[in-house]
Amino acid sequence: MNLPHIDFSVITPELIVIATALVVMLAEFVGAHATPSPTRSHRIALIALLGLVLAALAAVAGLGRAATDIQGMLVADDLGRYLELVVLLAAALGLLLAWDYLPQFTKMHSEYYALYLLAVVGMMFMGKSTELITLFVSLEILSVALYVLTGFHRGQLAAGEAALKYFLLGAFSSAFFIYGAALLYGDTGSTHLVDIAARASGGFLTLAGLALLLVGFGFKLAVVPFHMWTPDVYQGAPTPVTAFMSVGTKAAAFVALFRVLQAAGVSYATWSLVLALLATLTMTWGNLAALRQSSLKRMLAYSSIAHAGYMLIGVTAGMQLGLSAVLFYLFAYAFMNIGAFAVVSLLERPGYHATQDATIDAARGLFARKPLLAVVMAIFLLSLAGVPPLAGFFGKLYLFNAAVQSGWIWLAIVGMINSVVSAYYYLRVTVLMFMTEADETSFLRSPLSNATGLAIAVAMVGTLLLGIFAGPWLQQLGQAALAFAGS
Amino acid sequence: MDLSSIDLRAIGAWFHGLLISSGMSQTGIHVIEALVGALLLLIFGLTLVIFLIWLERKLAGRIQDRLGPNRVGPYGLLQTVADALKLLTKEDVTPLDADRVPYNLAPGLAVFHVIMALAVIPFSNRVIGADINVGVLYLMAVGAIGSMAALMAGWASNNKYALIGGFRVVAQLLSYEIPLVLAMIIPVMVSGTMRMNGLAVAQGSIFGFGWFVWTLPLAFLIFFVASLAEGERAPFDLLEAESEIVAGYNIEYSGMKFAWFFLAFFMNSWVLAAIGTTIFFGGWQGPFVDQLPALGVIYFLGKTMILFFVQAWVRATFPRLRIDQMMSFCWKFLVPMALVLFAAVAIILKLNLPQPLEAITLLVANVAILLTGVTLLGRTQRKALYAPKRAFTPTIPRL
Amino acid sequence: MTLILFAFLALIALAGGLGVVLSRNPVHSALSLLLNFASIAVIYFLLHAQFLGVVQVIVYAGAIVVLFLFVVMLIGGNIGPYRHGSRTVTSVIAVGLAAAFLALVVWSVVQVLPMSATPVGAPDAGSVQAVGMALYTDYLVPFELASLLLLVGMLGGVVLARRYQPFAEDETQ
Repeated sequence: MNLPHIDFSVITPELIVIATALVVMLAEFVGAHATPSPTRSHRIALIALLGLVLAALAAVAGLGRAATDIQGMLVADDLGRYLELVVLLAAALGLLLAWDYLPQFTKMHSEYYALYLLAVVGMMFMGKSTELITLFVSLEILSVALYVLTGFHRGQLAAGEAALKYFLLGAFSSAFFIYGAALLYGDTGSTHLVDIAARASGGFLTLAGLALLLVGFGFKLAVVPFHMWTPDVYQGAPTPVTAFMSVGTKAAAFVALFRVLQAAGVSYATWSLVLALLATLTMTWGNLAALRQSSLKRMLAYSSIAHAGYMLIGVTAGMQLGLSAVLFYLFAYAFMNIGAFAVVSLLERPGYHATQDATIDAARGLFARKPLLAVVMAIFLLSLAGVPPLAGFFGKLYLFNAAVQSGWIWLAIVGMINSVVSAYYYLRVTVLMFMTEADETSFLRSPLSNATGLAIAVAMVGTLLLGIFAGPWLQQLGQAALAFAGS
Repeated sequence: MDLSSIDLRAIGAWFHGLLISSGMSQTGIHVIEALVGALLLLIFGLTLVIFLIWLERKLAGRIQDRLGPNRVGPYGLLQTVADALKLLTKEDVTPLDADRVPYNLAPGLAVFHVIMALAVIPFSNRVIGADINVGVLYLMAVGAIGSMAALMAGWASNNKYALIGGFRVVAQLLSYEIPLVLAMIIPVMVSGTMRMNGLAVAQGSIFGFGWFVWTLPLAFLIFFVASLAEGERAPFDLLEAESEIVAGYNIEYSGMKFAWFFLAFFMNSWVLAAIGTTIFFGGWQGPFVDQLPALGVIYFLGKTMILFFVQAWVRATFPRLRIDQMMSFCWKFLVPMALVLFAAVAIILKLNLPQPLEAITLLVANVAILLTGVTLLGRTQRKALYAPKRAFTPTIPRL
Repeated sequence: MTLILFAFLALIALAGGLGVVLSRNPVHSALSLLLNFASIAVIYFLLHAQFLGVVQVIVYAGAIVVLFLFVVMLIGGNIGPYRHGSRTVTSVIAVGLAAAFLALVVWSVVQVLPMSATPVGAPDAGSVQAVGMALYTDYLVPFELASLLLLVGMLGGVVLARRYQPFAEDETQ
């Protein structure tokens, strides 16, 4: 029997994260009689963080190298490496948030970090897979890990509700995904994207398969007709998990979507119109619903739906321009969104059995109490709204530019109108922070710990730097996109 | 009569010729032959049970210094027939609030799953219902249906004791299925086939020295213990612990439906013994079996009866375990040990040792793992016994 | 012969599927699901995919449906049918959507008929050896990823099943 040759360098970052997850899982047994305590939790978190950093270094080291693959199932190209960087960045920031957040409500630290790292692995594999079964299994790895992480706050009713909703709808969407994969297999006799691209009949069967796959992706991306779970899940999940999954899942699903669409075997004109309609719906609905929210997390959840809509504009714009714009936006979104969630996590009241949700009123008079924090939060929110010269502005600029250049002018206009609408709810919070007095509804968890501070600082610096060095960075990403579109 | 002429193939060939001469189509002949084979197995299984019940009662009687059944027929041989007649004439009660469809389906399913298992058991080199290439897995699949029958019966009876009994069945059968499968997979690994007959053939060297029970004694022990639990026999008969849950999932059943459960229980034990014989004791292998294939059936039935006797012996001797003891024995002792053995055997096979050396290594590994396991078990057990206990804290004794 | 058997089994499978959807009693639904799985397993046997058929029975009948039943029975299966607002409207919409979906799938399959008559795999593609070879060579990557998925599932099960231990001041002091 000949075992297949496997080039392990293709998955070095993933292997590092898997090894870290296993170490973290077993860390519980080191010092057998030690009781779980915050310091112990910090030690475990430190190991996990080191693993993430090492994996990121491995991914960076690979940048620019030629694409290699394992049996045509997992591919290491620059697109995949940038995706890994986004996911690892989001994971590291989310981990820093969890540093002090986690010991507030649970003793199961190694389980949390192990699941967290495995979710990261799932996302990384998902963005690298070029075969439908591999894609599906990695999608399930990240989904199952996130279901559990969502419900990790066992004392809180909302967390249980969120986990259940996420699980049921997620399982439902997986069924759509696998059905679509089955139809594509029936059409082409292969699950490899390359073969599908070559052999797809382009007829009704291909269309039906692709449409079902799109539904599966739509659930994970929180695209509008399939977004129902998002507000409840983002609100119920522990804030560090929300911050991480709002970025990581989107990043992995968008990259995988690009890979699938490239191999679709259906003409660009066919699928781009569907995506344009989805993008319009998603942006508009997300922004309109966010206007009426009183909970900060829920507001950010709807805002993340709207942002998925913006990124869909990039997907509509096609492989080359759109892809680099979406990649850029993912980086920008990782910084600004997790930064915003980091500040939100400080506004939540920790409790014995439940962590109270942060309402918009909790931010009242934040400037008077913590001027620096208020300024930072304002910057994150302005960046999310797309105010120059922050990262979010350039992200949107590139997305709309890509749309205009590929002929989707009306889509770009809809996107701009939506940005204006979204400015209302971001600015409302800013106004509350700066122009009102603190009263009994306002709250701030204190003192600000080093880890959370570090996370906020990194996010801050990232948001600013991406804004300043937007051009060169986009060029870098553009090369990856070019390599991918050309392949 | 010339003994060597009793070749079972001859009967089949004669029957086949008969059908052809009647001018049927090829498919029709195929279907009829399959049906006749199935019918033969069915009749064999059902009549066997009558004997098995008598045997077990007689054995238990002797072991417990009683006489056992001795009134009906010579040596009480017809006792079971009388019992069956009695059950047939009894009123068939269906509880008013029972869930009728599953309630009536459950006894049938219980018998069905055991008879299904008979299909892949090689009675001799040629006498086998269907020698499919996934025989061992097929047995597990069929066994899984058994727990379904118990669950259905427990639920549909609308009786809390029946329901608890049903739950216990599921918990027990699902748990013990794992060591059972692991123990069965080890000979499969050694012989490289999942065909039941292939397993029997693989043990064919002279005087039974090729039997897997010699090279893999620990695998057999695990298999045997797990098969006691799968057969719902003492000391694992918690499903019908009369002192706790009256009689388990079949409490509401009466008359013939109860008889079916009873039948399934005994046949299941026998089938497990037959599987053990095939996998670990060479199946139909024995002296002169090549010259006289019909001898295979006799060897096979003899070995199976001996294993069945050991099961009955255990049942008549050992007291019942408590449910938590039973579960932790499975999960904390049998499963880890089976896993370790599995890994060890896989590694040894990968070394590609020459034949006698490999067998010896396997044996040594088996014994070593068994001794280590038992030592560890004893040590933890002692520790748990002497561990200081706080007053009024209900502690769960661990194995 | 095979065709007759197939039609028979397909009818049973369909009946089982309908039973899952239509019965009001969750226990009956689960049992119908079992019927459906069992008949599909036999269809696999008809296709000479013995390994798949047996695994279908072990995994679905032996584990999944049993656990379904276990849970349904533990939380009480006869809570009564779920009623909500305008049942007729929802059911009409649901049936309509399902019919549209069915039409879509059937139509798209009909489009590519007749399919190529050559079977995809070798005649023994359903045997343990063939499945094992495929899993450990061609599909090694998803197979190993599946082990990761199982690890996640196991960890998740531990997390959810463990007694909740909040980390509160009164406990740490």
